[in-house]
Amino acid sequence: MKKQSFLQRLLGAPYVLWAAIFIVVPLLIVVYYSFTDSAGNFTLENIKSLVDYKEIFWISIEYSLIATVITLIIAYPFAYIMSRKRESSQRIMMMLVMLPMWMNLLIRTYSWMNILEKNGIINNLLAGIGLEPLKMIGTPGAVIFGMIYNYLPYMILPIYSVMVKIDKSVLEAAEDLGSNSLSKLRRIIIPMSMPGVVSGITMVFVPSVSTFYISQKLGGKIMLVGDAIEKQIQSLYNYNLGAALSLVLMVMILLSMALMKKFAGEGDGNLYV
Amino acid sequence: MNNTIETQKKNIIELKNITVRFDGETILDDMSLSIGDGEFVTLLGSSGCGKTTTLRIIAGFLDPDEGEVFFDSKNINGVPPYKREVNTIFQRYALFPNYNVFDNIAYGLRVRHVPEAEVKQRVQEMLTLVNLNGFEKRPITKLSGGQQQRVAIARALILRPKVLLLDEPLAALDLKLRKDMQNELKNIQKALGITFIFVTHDQEEALSMSDTVVVMNEGKIQQIGSPIDIYNEPENAFVADFIGESNILDGIMKKDLLASFSGRDFNCLDKGFEPNEPVDIVVRPEDVDIVGVNEGMLKGIVTSVTFRGVHFEIIVDIGGFKWMIQTTDEHRAGEEVGLYIEPDAIHVMKKSKYSGQFGDYSSYSDELDELNQLPDEEDEE
Repeated sequence: MKKQSFLQRLLGAPYVLWAAIFIVVPLLIVVYYSFTDSAGNFTLENIKSLVDYKEIFWISIEYSLIATVITLIIAYPFAYIMSRKRESSQRIMMMLVMLPMWMNLLIRTYSWMNILEKNGIINNLLAGIGLEPLKMIGTPGAVIFGMIYNYLPYMILPIYSVMVKIDKSVLEAAEDLGSNSLSKLRRIIIPMSMPGVVSGITMVFVPSVSTFYISQKLGGKIMLVGDAIEKQIQSLYNYNLGAALSLVLMVMILLSMALMKKFAGEGDGNLYV
Repeated sequence: MNNTIETQKKNIIELKNITVRFDGETILDDMSLSIGDGEFVTLLGSSGCGKTTTLRIIAGFLDPDEGEVFFDSKNINGVPPYKREVNTIFQRYALFPNYNVFDNIAYGLRVRHVPEAEVKQRVQEMLTLVNLNGFEKRPITKLSGGQQQRVAIARALILRPKVLLLDEPLAALDLKLRKDMQNELKNIQKALGITFIFVTHDQEEALSMSDTVVVMNEGKIQQIGSPIDIYNEPENAFVADFIGESNILDGIMKKDLLASFSGRDFNCLDKGFEPNEPVDIVVRPEDVDIVGVNEGMLKGIVTSVTFRGVHFEIIVDIGGFKWMIQTTDEHRAGEEVGLYIEPDAIHVMKKSKYSGQFGDYSSYSDELDELNQLPDEEDEE
């Protein structure tokens, strides 16, 4: 490591200060609340009572995993095709990916509520052609769909940005040495795009597992960890249990990120020639 | 023009009437070329002449719009690259960044599911061939340009291809290393006896390495021949100008063995032209002797002298046409000199579309600047 000059450290100071006040301190407060009762005495009760939330944690992880896998399946071929298009087409496709992100997440989710509702657009259309209405809103499918819809760009972008750096001549070299499309994919494209896949998975899984808004609007009675935390803090004013839930969620996210990082670490370091 | 390389051996690659168009532009124009087994053939030309396109057609990365490609007398139009028995060394090596040296070289064998014991043995052989023993575990990023080049050579040769295609493989190396690699490549080619098809814009590289040089321009073959033929007997003004330095003059072939240019008649060794046929005359700068004013066949005034190490480059103005002459004797600018030209120094060429395109050396310095910029440019992609 190069030794940083005084000036460099000075330039970093605003961020360090920002991070200390708005990230580190709040985290410490979360930890503090997790291990205290409403009177401020040390207790493990909050953590112990989390057993009741086992189910909620489980479906949060399950839905997020399903959403992440489907997002990956959609995003990976799309990112590959996009990266091999000529530059003008790439820009247009990128625009299309980004376009929904220019709208607020809340507004997007609200519109889907209108579309999927009992008397929403889809069911009106179905009624119009004489079909029975479908129950969409309030199902796990709607929640997972909401996650996929909202977080798809976060999967496409990192994978695309890695893929676009794969030199065309490297792929030609693989063909030249005897690789057909499948072997090229397996031996070159997938290993080289792994860092993008890993950061895509992280960027979709983490917000999915902690979302409360999507499940609230599209999930009906379905409750995820995010909803549970929101309920404890906003409605029941039980900051201590809310904090304990947050703490466990955070630890879970950190563990999964560490795992992903280790997984990506193998091929890393020699990616960008 | 006869586009067939004269050789005793059978042809390994044959291109017949290949035409390639891209965005309305003709990249290769009805090109035919035969390459003999075991030859070192160089495709030489400047950017956009179609040399890399030719290579890509042989490798299978590009299908010609018209024409046929034969490998070992079999038509291989439409055969994908991974089924062709040719391998390529790419311009910037195109090594696999996710693999180390060993795995890069082993790639082709592993794709073919060769037993790992044999892979190991053959990779070792290759490492020895390219002098990279002990580098097996190195990541590609930790190699110098020359070492990456060697890995690329080993990776392509491990499959024992009948034809190796080399797309400006030395362009990214510095001069000293480039010379070493030229020798090394030539030695490898001799030792293995396989056909090398080498693409370059560097005429010196082409002349020093090849058995046969194919000079290309505007999607057409201008001349095929041995390096010596190409240099001494250029087919037209383009080739004469592209290969080495040359004074290209307008002339008239009065009769066999008698050419007229620069206002007087010269004995020469060329014949077979119509009486009084207009021709292009080439005189190489090193073939002109500078003599006393009254002993010369032509008279002129030295306008500039440049010291080049081995020789001086002297520009002499003769009746308004600036000649370049290379000599080891020193002369001064402003001096009046005579020029003496032996009959065998005069080369007569038929008029072509390139006639008159290449002037004298009055704008010499500009031309040099242009040439110096060339190596940085990419080929027609």
